[in-house]
Amino acid sequence: MRGMSIIVKKVVQLMSALIFVFGLYIVSHGHIDPGGGFTGGVVLAGSFIVLILAYGVDYFKLKKQKEITSLFENVSILILLLFGLSGLFAGSFYFFNNYLSPGAPGTLISGGLIPFYNLFIGIKVGATMFVIFLALTIYKEEASK
Amino acid sequence: MENLLVILLVMMIVAAIMAIHAKDLLSSLIAQGFVGYGLVICFILLRAPDLAIVQIVVETVTLIIMVSVLHDSTRKEIQVPAGKRDIYTYSLSFVLVGLMLYYFNRAIATLNPFGDHALRMSDFYAREAVELSGSTNLIKGVLWDFRALDTFGEATILFAAAAGVMAILRIKGRKE
Repeated sequence: MRGMSIIVKKVVQLMSALIFVFGLYIVSHGHIDPGGGFTGGVVLAGSFIVLILAYGVDYFKLKKQKEITSLFENVSILILLLFGLSGLFAGSFYFFNNYLSPGAPGTLISGGLIPFYNLFIGIKVGATMFVIFLALTIYKEEASK
Repeated sequence: MENLLVILLVMMIVAAIMAIHAKDLLSSLIAQGFVGYGLVICFILLRAPDLAIVQIVVETVTLIIMVSVLHDSTRKEIQVPAGKRDIYTYSLSFVLVGLMLYYFNRAIATLNPFGDHALRMSDFYAREAVELSGSTNLIKGVLWDFRALDTFGEATILFAAAAGVMAILRIKGRKE
């Protein structure tokens, strides 16, 4: 995949950071507003995908990116599982127990463990989407060599 | 609103049929994108903003991935000549679709009227979820408090999907 014209590159340079921040907003406010981890994660992945589409495959060191993204994906799902396990040792002894206090509904710090779940599912979904896209681009380049 | 939904759904059905029968695979993808974004408008009309956001984002990313796959392979559809077996498959699918429509029709008669669908369980969720989970987004409250194990299963499915893509596409470690 080759890069696109200079206009597209400049617009993407300006926009991708905004898209990333918007994804972070959706993830972090998932327990208050519509949105949440899954949606925000895909938006985060989109902010990287749009960069690669504009600049082409050769511009970034995608091999290393893929390793790091795979690591993020695996570690975040492990942390989710550990959060679920931690519910066994607190409160009423069941898996995925929401043992922190709910707090005042509608404020940013509320919902017990739900913001943490949202954060890590966001990282996980974003990394998965991005890794699938990276696999489709990298391995094609390898095959054509 | 129901008339608008009917118009939209008919257009989506036409686009879906077009996606199957288009000669050029890129136009088939565009028709499929029409189906996806039409579903977004349906969700917004039915007042489900959470689902609408998920649908619009996932639709965009999957369309990008599919176009990038199509970019590397051929745009022409592979034509398989019709054989004798097609008669059986078509007739069987017609019979199954007819059966399904019949039972849908029977089932619709027993459902609540359109828009009045609060069952016993969801009624409890709608009343108590904010207080019990502390999250004003009811969907996340249900997904990550009452039904967290199911949601974890969904995350595992995504993980399996990524692992499957890796296993199919990797070149190193594959014996030629």
